[in-house]
Amino acid sequence: MKARVTVTLKSGVLDPEGKAIEGALRALGIAGVAGVRQGKVFDIELDGTDARRAEVALTDAAEKLLANTVIENYRVEVLP
Amino acid sequence: MRSAVIIFPGSNRERDMARALRLICGREPTMVWHADAELPAGIDLVVLPGGFSYGDYLRCGAIAAHAPVMAGVRVHARNGGLVLGICNGFQILCEAGLLPGVLMRNGALKFLCREVHLRVERSDTPFTRGYNAGQVIRLPVAHGEGNFYAHPAIIARLESEGRVLFRYTSPAGVPDPNWNFNGATNAIAGVLSEKRNVLGLMPHPENHVDAAVGPTDGRGLFAGLVAHVAQAA
Repeated sequence: MKARVTVTLKSGVLDPEGKAIEGALRALGIAGVAGVRQGKVFDIELDGTDARRAEVALTDAAEKLLANTVIENYRVEVLP
Repeated sequence: MRSAVIIFPGSNRERDMARALRLICGREPTMVWHADAELPAGIDLVVLPGGFSYGDYLRCGAIAAHAPVMAGVRVHARNGGLVLGICNGFQILCEAGLLPGVLMRNGALKFLCREVHLRVERSDTPFTRGYNAGQVIRLPVAHGEGNFYAHPAIIARLESEGRVLFRYTSPAGVPDPNWNFNGATNAIAGVLSEKRNVLGLMPHPENHVDAAVGPTDGRGLFAGLVAHVAQAA
């Protein structure tokens, strides 16, 4: 079973890396980029077929390790 | 004072720390491996040293925060034992929830390897009794993620409770954005826990203890801890 956990910065948290990427896009000549915030994607393979159980386990994983909930949000999706 | 220094995979300042402790406390610290679930008995001070534990993978200190030895560190802290986290150690303590907030990427994105000026905000703690309140000291920093951040309510609480022990300032001891190189909120360099027994500090006091190589402004932190433990005994 495949699942994906996406971790993003909470709004209001400064993202200098996102700003640097924004500048680099501008330097590349890509117009119209008003802002960039960088996040992370974890593609996780799980044993078993119980999607509910997987979501619970991955939420626990996100709370404890994959995300720092001081500054990050997360989203758990079990992939079809 | 009996001290222990924890070694995580990727720690690299544990020997500098052991040297400083040996010089100032006159006693060899115990080096503790991250996979040991318990600390040795009779330890007064546990130190989490600087470095790049687990390669800074995922987030600085995120994986080390779950190392077996952290169970022993939590027990030690809960019992009022002294814990000192330097640089990566500070990051680990925040990730482990033993200190509030998080150390984010330096605001200007550059890795900083330089000397900074710190104002010691108060001298009535075990970690700062070796200094005068308001004293400005020089310590080296070496970090890419020293930008302390917490929710504004947490920051307000830290400030009102006097738990910001060290602040980046100008050489004259004045907070100034030009001298806050990593952009830390309120120029916070060092934070004390609620029970006042756990300190996280981004700069490296252990590297300014020997007159042969430079300033010795770091001695006061360790000497103060020795005095505190001796007095409490």
